Amino acid sequence: MMKFDRKAARSGRRTAGSLATGLFAIALWAAPATAADLVVSNWDGYMAPDAVETFAAGNGLDAELVFHATNEEIMGKLIASGGKGYDVVFVSSPFAEVLHNLGLSAAIDPAKVPNLANLYPEAMKLPHDPGNTFSVPYAWGTTGLCYRSDLVADAPSSWNDLLQPSDDLKGKTTMLATDRWLLAAGFLANGLSVNETDPAKLEKVKNDLIEAKRSLLAYDDTTFYAKLVSGEAELVQAWDGWCNYGIAENGDIAYVIPEEGSDLWVDTMVVMEASEHKDAAYAFINYILDGANHAWAAENILYKVPNKVAMESLSEELIAQFPNMGMAPADLLAYEQMRDVGEAQRAYARTVSEIKAAQ
Amino acid sequence: MAPALLWLTGLMVVPCSLILALAFFRRGIYGGIEYSITLENFGLVVDPLYAGIFLHSARIAGTATLLAVVVGYAGAYAIAALPRRWQTVTLFFAVLPFWSNYLVRTYAWIVLLNREGLIAHALQWLGYRGEAPPMLYTEGAVVVGLLYNYLPFVILACYAPLSRLSPELNEASRDLGGSAWTTFRRITLPLTLPGIAAGAVFVFVLSIGNFVTPALLGGGRFQMIGNVVYAQFLTANDWPFGAALSMVLIAIMMALLLLQAAASDRVAGRGPVREADHA
Repeated sequence: MMKFDRKAARSGRRTAGSLATGLFAIALWAAPATAADLVVSNWDGYMAPDAVETFAAGNGLDAELVFHATNEEIMGKLIASGGKGYDVVFVSSPFAEVLHNLGLSAAIDPAKVPNLANLYPEAMKLPHDPGNTFSVPYAWGTTGLCYRSDLVADAPSSWNDLLQPSDDLKGKTTMLATDRWLLAAGFLANGLSVNETDPAKLEKVKNDLIEAKRSLLAYDDTTFYAKLVSGEAELVQAWDGWCNYGIAENGDIAYVIPEEGSDLWVDTMVVMEASEHKDAAYAFINYILDGANHAWAAENILYKVPNKVAMESLSEELIAQFPNMGMAPADLLAYEQMRDVGEAQRAYARTVSEIKAAQ
Repeated sequence: MAPALLWLTGLMVVPCSLILALAFFRRGIYGGIEYSITLENFGLVVDPLYAGIFLHSARIAGTATLLAVVVGYAGAYAIAALPRRWQTVTLFFAVLPFWSNYLVRTYAWIVLLNREGLIAHALQWLGYRGEAPPMLYTEGAVVVGLLYNYLPFVILACYAPLSRLSPELNEASRDLGGSAWTTFRRITLPLTLPGIAAGAVFVFVLSIGNFVTPALLGGGRFQMIGNVVYAQFLTANDWPFGAALSMVLIAIMMALLLLQAAASDRVAGRGPVREADHA
């Protein structure tokens, strides 16, 4: 799942960058200049570096690409400005839902985005927005276990292999630090929904995760695959696309979705209702959905994209090297999507604070 | 005066007031701000969970401060004892790392301390068998990171009064039969106390609000109050609560700085010693 800028990810300096960018974002509370005909906000490195430029040149537009480091950062800006100053934003699906609920997102006009036809039929049935009425999926995937097959005695198959690791794995596991995914590991291990909000169940998951913390090397959203490569960690909770960065560096690294399942994460493109350039915005989304353009993301970011034309154009070698890239859309849809939980987000944040404060 | 006042108002009073105001509102259901007045954010600050994190942060910052004072004072003392022309050079090297980026300095510790890192490999090379004890992602690593990064503050703050200390005071003490230890305890230490206090307050204030070091060297397993503030603004999207936490943090820092200023005034006001110094 997209969290920070991707280019830095590969060099493993992600946290630092995001911490710095976060601070900068707070310090510089400015919306981008709105003189451009099209303003797109995306995570750094999440699409071809020249995508916006090429699109703009081809359409005689003056376009501007801006970056956000996290969903929360761009959401803060959009909510504060009522969405003014942005035309297309890339956000994860729970945040697209919030934009929709706040009336900040525009309806997607299918007539103006003919390349929607390139998407898998499953990509039109996502629970957060069936029919893609206010958001268009850009990338999707799972969250599971990434491990060193040459170092672990038995290949992991359950979330409990991470939460209650065998003795030889103690101190060699990491979990994601972000609230939703940290809790999701506990929810799934207990057979619960990844959107569970019942306080009693949250309490149980909290205690499980505090127990798991005792054998944990670190919480890590950003360098876990580098820890696998160095051998510092042997089993980590990971987004499939990020596990691929580890696989690219060490063929002994493997990815598995535990038997209890995964969440289905979806990053989306949303057009702002306040946009004064909606036609350009639709045209840009249409441009991204072009098979060749969308394939760039799959080939370079190693994330699955929900684009049938793009995925079918990938080489067999790529799928062989990164088996999770070959996952069928129907199998993805079998997992529960993370949804916006509204007020319960506060309970989530508190629970995670309690876990991290526990000694 | 006017530019200073403008600077202070624009860059300090106004932003702090905005944060303070924010602390009295509520988080909207989708993470925006709901403009209805409430005190619940400040109520949460004294909640055992967050109060506990404050205390834990204070403990970590306190340990780092104590170590920084001991090491920094000793370092400053040693530098001040050198011949004049060497003092500048050593001082330069003591604060040299300070000119590199904070993150780079912190990452250097990751390279040193991690299980596959330089220290672990050095131990093996020296014949240590078995796995090196965990060093990174511990509270100790956080303390070391803070100590290393803020040590120059103590060295500089202590060096200034130490280098100004008149050697005649020492000689007088020895002539009157004071041992080296007594001279240090009754002459040197009291006269350099303001420097120690200034350095200590700097280290403590910077440490207690730090969030980068616990995130990187603590592996997120230790949460300092700065990390909680960061999370409220950037992940939980609960700005009002984050604002309340930072106001309390700022209040603690201000109180310490005022205390230090008052204490150093008192020491400075002890007339005779100072005058003797100048005489």
